[in-house]
Amino acid sequence: MLRFLGLEKLDDLFEDIPEEVRQRCCLDQVPEAVPEVVLWRYLNKLAAQNRAEPYRRFVGGGLYAHYVPAAVDFIAARTEFVTSYTPYQAEVSQGLLQALFEYQSLIAELFDMEVVNASLYDGATAVGEAIRMALRVSKRKKVIVPKLMPPHRRRVLQAYTTALDCKIVEIGYDNRGLLDLAELEQEVDDATAAVYVENPTCLGAFEEQIFEISDIAHKKDALLIAYVDPISLAIVEPPGAYDADIAVGEGQPLGLHLGFGGALLGIFACKRKYLMKMPGRLIGATVDVEGRRAFCMTLQTREQHIRRERATSNICTNESLSAITAAAYLALLGPQGLRRVCEAVLANTAYLARRLNTLPGVTAPAFEGVCYFREIPARFDGWLAREIREMCIKRGIDPGLDLGTWFEGFERILLACTTEVHQKEDLDRLVSVLAELVR
Amino acid sequence: MKSFQQARWEEPLLWELSLEGRSGCLPPVDERVIREVGSVEELVPDKIRRKSSLDLPELTENMVVRHFVRLSQMTFCVDTGMYPLGSCTMKYTPKAAEAAAALPGFRDIHPLQHEDTVQGALRLMYELQQILAGIAGLPGVSLQPPAGAAGEFAGCLIIRKYFEERGEVDRRTEMLIPDSAHGTNPASAAMAGFEVVVIPSGSDGLIDLEALKATVSERTAGIMLTNPNTLGLFEKNILDITRIVHEVGGLVYYDGANLNAIMGWARPGDMGVDIMHFNLHKTFGAPHGGGGPGSGPIAVSKELEEYLPVPVVAYDEERDRYYLDYNRPKSIGKVHGFFGNFPVLVKAYVYIRLMGRGGLKRAAAHAVLASNYLARRTEVLRGLKLSHAPHLLRKHEFVLTATELKAQRGVTAGDIAKRILDFGLHAPTMYFPLIVKEALMVEPTETEPLETLDSYAEVLSQIVNEAWSSPEQVKRAPYATTVRRVDEVRAARPKTRALTWRDLKRLKEKEGSI
Repeated sequence: MLRFLGLEKLDDLFEDIPEEVRQRCCLDQVPEAVPEVVLWRYLNKLAAQNRAEPYRRFVGGGLYAHYVPAAVDFIAARTEFVTSYTPYQAEVSQGLLQALFEYQSLIAELFDMEVVNASLYDGATAVGEAIRMALRVSKRKKVIVPKLMPPHRRRVLQAYTTALDCKIVEIGYDNRGLLDLAELEQEVDDATAAVYVENPTCLGAFEEQIFEISDIAHKKDALLIAYVDPISLAIVEPPGAYDADIAVGEGQPLGLHLGFGGALLGIFACKRKYLMKMPGRLIGATVDVEGRRAFCMTLQTREQHIRRERATSNICTNESLSAITAAAYLALLGPQGLRRVCEAVLANTAYLARRLNTLPGVTAPAFEGVCYFREIPARFDGWLAREIREMCIKRGIDPGLDLGTWFEGFERILLACTTEVHQKEDLDRLVSVLAELVR
Repeated sequence: MKSFQQARWEEPLLWELSLEGRSGCLPPVDERVIREVGSVEELVPDKIRRKSSLDLPELTENMVVRHFVRLSQMTFCVDTGMYPLGSCTMKYTPKAAEAAAALPGFRDIHPLQHEDTVQGALRLMYELQQILAGIAGLPGVSLQPPAGAAGEFAGCLIIRKYFEERGEVDRRTEMLIPDSAHGTNPASAAMAGFEVVVIPSGSDGLIDLEALKATVSERTAGIMLTNPNTLGLFEKNILDITRIVHEVGGLVYYDGANLNAIMGWARPGDMGVDIMHFNLHKTFGAPHGGGGPGSGPIAVSKELEEYLPVPVVAYDEERDRYYLDYNRPKSIGKVHGFFGNFPVLVKAYVYIRLMGRGGLKRAAAHAVLASNYLARRTEVLRGLKLSHAPHLLRKHEFVLTATELKAQRGVTAGDIAKRILDFGLHAPTMYFPLIVKEALMVEPTETEPLETLDSYAEVLSQIVNEAWSSPEQVKRAPYATTVRRVDEVRAARPKTRALTWRDLKRLKEKEGSI
């Protein structure tokens, strides 16, 4: 090839780079090559330093260790889905496009929403995009969010709105840990672009006042943005039922591994009337020239590669593989399977709360929410949650999050989390370890 | 030439396969627990219980697997054949990286579990930060941005923060972006509140230095540039460009989408770049996942390090312990809920370790070699020509223009792209960059052997011949793909638009089958 180009050596290919730049190039920080067999041993060593099994871990906080059926892993590992890219050439990408169309359709059913995009990065960035969109469509400048919002999500929202002329107002909570309705009613006004609400709340309780919140927002023509848990929608009202204008969520529970918090799935849905204002890719159904059903990317004039600085978002690469994985998970479980997951989670959560509440000096749930899903806040009278967690770690169990790292005044509250992967014995073990500590 | 026919299953949608009562997975519910706490009806207040039906498909495991396997067979991928999508770097991705990311010790760990129980993962991230800093020639690295565009956004927020700290944010409103830039650049700059000022390219395809000098001012926040640019040309005046921007107090952002061309031969930090992003899914051998997950870490100069997103992975030498450093008061905050796309980080780490410093350098050289070889073999085809400064060496990609074929035979770049699909090859990026008419942007990558490059050239040659002798043959392509040419207009038209199964059902009822 070099001869064909009339060159002598590979270095000749880089003569357009200024010589002083080339000379300065030093790669000392990059190690020399390692053979696969040697590297594999090192990788296994690193992997073994991480505690991966979920049975002694009760950590949630937005991502959850549900069981991932082997069939879902199998589908997610198909190399055609793994090593393709954005389906710019629809004719050779029909399978990928159909899978993404099915993802959009499945989420539309689950959320009871009209349109769903083909994914954003994660739940937190979906919140950022939702609020940017609400500001865009309403042309108003005030956004209302709950004070009880996990800091990792809140900080993403902050970054996404840094450059906008808007005001974010935080609303407190009542004795149930739910949104303070009186405060909300007072704060929502004609300048309010959106009311953002999380259901369940980050303390694990379903927001029972969701219909009232929706009314309060809509009375002032503010948009309702709901952040929901996709799994829970098999048993609780979906955002469409309470007339959410935009619904977002973290799709990881739908068959995705925790992955140390990576390769997540930002779910983004909205009302059809906001279609042209929404961020992200959309897949549509159509036909080919012979009338066969076909799929393609559509409404791309919203996107950065066409609209550039006037695009609805800068997103290009998204989380397609995660979306396909979620589609496979939902297809595999179906309505019955999903409902069973919910039943198991609800039952485990209620059981854990009950047992924790029997411990001396422990109140669980620490708030009076009626129905908890996966997560239970437990207050320890005699201990800081940080101390409890440290002591449990020494005993080989991770009991949940120290909410003192999230919210001021929550230093005694531990947020424990359970899913269907836990059996009764796992929950009993956690309770007995805690019982020893608080005795 | 070998014949090709892609799979054509006419696979129904999930709902069209569904039969009531089936489920591929019914997790158990522990009766002992239910007995103690009560049923769903007792646990969930009626007010919030779902009333509407849940119309998800009902299938067996076998049906679901078969469905998705068939869909996969109707999807072209790098492991099927050459995929020279310009600016996307569709190189072969090592399988060891996939296997590593699937190790339970990496796959099943929670980002909020106790730091003591994820030391191996943190160590891998720490090592990757160091390596990327070395490749960038910039000391500070954050692995958090989940894609290239997210890296750009984080970078723009850092630029914003830098001027905020200096009390200049109200004045520094302009972000300079060449007209050949990726669309994400202006979109990211706008999201971070900057006004986009377009810098025109000269006839040689490079940034026009005089135009740049005339544009920079005390309002300039920075410039976002891709080098080599999207024409595949290295900005040879890069040191002048960075100097001109620095002289007015602006910062230089480097879009690493095209880093594969110079990796190991030149470092952005040595060119005067202040901040850059990597695309691990392009340059560092992580697969593209049908459109994602990607990963877009950023690297910054010493001066900008304190603004990086939190947390950064740090190492406490005394206690020999890795930890997440949140104690960074000047940080721009977070651009992802957790630490970014960790599985992609694992894959890139494996790729880099397998290649080593010598391998990375060789990879870049071979990417450039393949690109120049294919450019020279295809620019001679009648009706195609190399856009901008055809005498110059290309880097990892090159852009052909089909304006002559369009004028003479009505065959467009899009037609050519579609016809390529008939040969079991993927098309180049088409109609990009926007400054080239009838553009075909080709990036072969270093992992395609000479035989494949030759056959790609032969296919293009045959298509060009067809375009001259029987243009309709090209204009009606493709023929051998799962479906023939797709009606994109219908997909977008409000009356025929269907974005979900619900929409499609409604359309079907209204106007019969689709």
